[in-house]
Amino acid sequence: MSRQINRLGQGGAIDRSRTLSFSFDGARYEGHPGDTLASALLANDVRIVGRSFKYHRPRGVMSAGVEEGGALITTGSGARRTPNVRATTLELFDGLDTYGQNAWPSVRFDLNALNGLLARFFSAGFYYKTFMGPGRGTWAWMQYEKIIRRAAGMGEASREPDPDSYEIAHAHCDVLVVGSGPAGLEAARVAAEAGLHVILAEQDFAVAPSLLSETEGIGDEAPADWRAARLKALQAAGNVQIMPRTTVFGLYDGGVAGLAERVTDHLADPSPHLPRERFWILRTRRTIVATGALERSVAFGNNDRPGIMLANAARIYANRFGVAAGRRAIVATNNDSGYHSALDMAAAGVDVARILDVRERASDDFAARARAAGIEIMTNCVPVEAAARGTIGKLQIGRRSGATIRADEWLDCDLVAVSGGWTPVVNLLSHRGARPVYDESLATFLPGECAEPIRVAGSAAGVWRSEDCAQSGRAAGAAAARDLGKSALDEQAPAPGGWDRPIHPLWEVRVKGRKLRSFVDPQHDVKTDDIRLAHQEGYVSVEHLKRYTTLGMASDQGKVGNVIGLALMAKATGKTIAETGTTMFRPPYTPVSLGALAGRGCDEHFRATRYTPMHDWNMEHGAVMIDAGLWKRPWYFPAPGEDLTAAYERETAKVRETVGLCDVTSLGKIAVQGPDAAEFLNRVYVNGFGKLPVGRARYGIMLRDDGIVMDDGTTWRLSDSDFFMTTTTANAAKVMGFLEELLETRWPDLRVRVTTVSEQWAGLAVAGPKARQVLEAAVEDIDMSSEAFPFMGVREGHIGGAPCRVARISFSGEMAWEAYVPSDYGAAMCDAVWQAAEPLGGILYGTEALGALRIEKGHVAGPELDGRTTLEDLHLDRMASTKKPFIGNVLRKRPGLMTDDRPQLVGIVPKDRTRRLYAGALLHAPDRLSGHGEGWVTSVTYSPELGHWIGLGLIRGGVEAWSGKTAIHADPVRSGNTEVEITATHFIDPDGSRMHA
Amino acid sequence: MLRIPCPFCGERDHTEFSYGGDAGVDYPQIDSTDEKAWYEAVFLRENPRGPHKELWQHNYGCRMWIVVERDTMTHEIFSAEPAHPGVKAQLEKEAAK
Repeated sequence: MSRQINRLGQGGAIDRSRTLSFSFDGARYEGHPGDTLASALLANDVRIVGRSFKYHRPRGVMSAGVEEGGALITTGSGARRTPNVRATTLELFDGLDTYGQNAWPSVRFDLNALNGLLARFFSAGFYYKTFMGPGRGTWAWMQYEKIIRRAAGMGEASREPDPDSYEIAHAHCDVLVVGSGPAGLEAARVAAEAGLHVILAEQDFAVAPSLLSETEGIGDEAPADWRAARLKALQAAGNVQIMPRTTVFGLYDGGVAGLAERVTDHLADPSPHLPRERFWILRTRRTIVATGALERSVAFGNNDRPGIMLANAARIYANRFGVAAGRRAIVATNNDSGYHSALDMAAAGVDVARILDVRERASDDFAARARAAGIEIMTNCVPVEAAARGTIGKLQIGRRSGATIRADEWLDCDLVAVSGGWTPVVNLLSHRGARPVYDESLATFLPGECAEPIRVAGSAAGVWRSEDCAQSGRAAGAAAARDLGKSALDEQAPAPGGWDRPIHPLWEVRVKGRKLRSFVDPQHDVKTDDIRLAHQEGYVSVEHLKRYTTLGMASDQGKVGNVIGLALMAKATGKTIAETGTTMFRPPYTPVSLGALAGRGCDEHFRATRYTPMHDWNMEHGAVMIDAGLWKRPWYFPAPGEDLTAAYERETAKVRETVGLCDVTSLGKIAVQGPDAAEFLNRVYVNGFGKLPVGRARYGIMLRDDGIVMDDGTTWRLSDSDFFMTTTTANAAKVMGFLEELLETRWPDLRVRVTTVSEQWAGLAVAGPKARQVLEAAVEDIDMSSEAFPFMGVREGHIGGAPCRVARISFSGEMAWEAYVPSDYGAAMCDAVWQAAEPLGGILYGTEALGALRIEKGHVAGPELDGRTTLEDLHLDRMASTKKPFIGNVLRKRPGLMTDDRPQLVGIVPKDRTRRLYAGALLHAPDRLSGHGEGWVTSVTYSPELGHWIGLGLIRGGVEAWSGKTAIHADPVRSGNTEVEITATHFIDPDGSRMHA
Repeated sequence: MLRIPCPFCGERDHTEFSYGGDAGVDYPQIDSTDEKAWYEAVFLRENPRGPHKELWQHNYGCRMWIVVERDTMTHEIFSAEPAHPGVKAQLEKEAAK
């Protein structure tokens, strides 16, 4: 167990009274509550924590926040392994296990670091140029890609199912304040005091985290006191909800914000009742973006080495965590803020060897304070190159004269704290389409105009001093309150800026004759040379630059490097940064777990499950279920020892031999009622319904407006003005919506109501030669005789004591009825009918046998009604009435839909009757086995009646074109080529004598 | 994340609705055999930037079809009224009481 040798003797918002044990790459360390993994690793002097994406260069902690591009690690193991976690935001807890990634055998000694020697192969555009050019082909690309992908990459996600639960929650508020720095705290306070309901979201685990590392007072108050007083007031107010560990990752239409709350990741032993994360869908009337600013780095030689970090990060480690990020530090800056880091580190006991200030003069105040602290300031000086064996050991200084830099002496150091200026976090405004605007004098992007009620406050608006940020927050909070009709003081928002001496823009340090490896985007290993290369190769738009170099496309989305990349591109093209423009940020601001977005909607909760009223009855009688859309339907009813094949073949044969019962409740059922119901059906179906007598059913087909077949089913006439329509299971909702649309938008004059009654009626099909015998026993008060109950007749009566409606219709080709009773009586109906059927040798059958029966009979179903087929294609055109108009009748006659060579419905039989067929196989002419073929197979089954496989399909020209010819059923993956005959679709009982019996 | 003010149910999340396309389409009478008119009604659509009248059905509410005027650029919703002219007139009559 190593000791925390870099932990300062005092200070920091950590609880030194408690010690937490954690591991990194197998070694155990200690830290304190309040630490991040990064601060604890630095305290333990662990400085190499990762390897870079392409070159496997050692990387250390580069920042203290969400912008981290270096210290990316993997947490947990097994199903809970999470890769690419930023050590800088990971809250330490007892027992946390973490691992370095993208290295073998370890991050300290990584054999893949040889990639660095092959750096030229990894420059921008290398893949495209090498493997995708003419003559090289995709084969080479695919081979090399495997090797490159193995060497270049990030952590590996777990392949196991996520064992944790997540939640989606909804919330509403008047004002959402994003960020709890000085601006956010004041905005929330003012809005709350005006009586508004405020939600204050903070991505950090500490509220107002920036004030934990701030040393400059606000007004007369010390930052810690100011923070404590504000937090106390907000917590006491009843109308402010403070949400730490909650990232507002996106803003959306209509005042919607997406928030990701990390609920248990920081707990050693979380309650099993808690979700790991919550995804909040928040609706707010006003939004105040107080997201602060992120510090930029400067590109210089080896600026990615462990020991080089952002200046403010070094300050945060000293002040908030009580950790010296190094023992001998050099601060390099182009603005005032770097001095805070130098002064605070010196105050904490770090030896600050130099401040390198690229400006000609430092601010008088800071210069005096630095001198008092014994720090030497070198103006007109910049960092040129770091020398490192693993971590940094020396830094070479450059002296600036105008725009030229001359390399000079080397200085010993183990920490370089760099500040290249600050960039407001305008990401959330970008989500709402507001483009940031470049401000030359501040050398930064400021938030652009936003048309929505979103205000920006604090350093997100380019205001640098804490005191001004607080004022900016008050102004934004008051303005939001006034917007919402509350009274609030009219406070002036401060102008952007606030440094004593202006910033001197510094993006890259270049020295004539020196080839430096200067990184812009360390997470994706994008160097300044890559950007120039992209420009040389003709990429001038920033969007293209981004995609070609992958700049800003890593998980940090270019939070540190994007602006430098833009500035270099502007320089290369000879344009200003403002002219070059910037890429737009899209949600999410930081990565969001997919699990959180899914919430509870996974596995069986992914969508609703619909059970028929006979579900339990079916299960008790041995059903194996299958999903049909949302429905659970009986698939087959295996006898002991039977598999699917044996069961459905038996069920199919038994229906044709005796009688079978099948739950058909899932069919869509619509009550079509009203004086004009018959006229309405006449317009909707291709065939006539106007003259359908009461007590009769008719099979109908409906088309879409464009003339393609939409759905089929039977509709029963119960009275002059009352019809009972059935639709296919799959199209029930679609047909219902379409009927409603027609009645409300196109034919409002028709006096018709449509009501979905799918849930109200339980349906049972009774099919087979003994069906009449069964129903005569089961149905109490209907004459089932052939004379009294003809084919397509409809009768009402009772089954098992329950009122029922019965129609003599057949999907199987056998003598058959469909009986419906109110849903609650479904099981009673099954009992009554089964009691009659079982002694006669009857069986229960499922959807597999249902399908086999209808294929044998040549009936079309979903696979044939695929949204591309016409009446002619399906040989149903003779059903189309010529005496009345109907939906789709005009457009179905478009010439392209009427040609003879369209794929048409046919039967398919293997020439060798022992071979099986496969749905989805292509049908080819024997002399043309390549291409898309002449058609395809839609439905297949083994036919017990015929003793071989049969199928339905669509083939160009139909049976006329293929009669007597051989086609090839081509299914390279499953069966290879099979010779087939193309036949008519009625495999059994073509004249229908059985169902009319 | 739109909120649609359903004339029957009040303001509801758009996830309760389904989109039904351009509300300005003039479908030919059912007995019209004018192929061009049908073709234009079924296939041709404007793609305006700005205010647009469109049909939505409140599937998980009252199931009524409504005409929503929405800005396709900003998603601002200006109005929502019943698609059925008779129902619309009745609603207006009751509102005027």
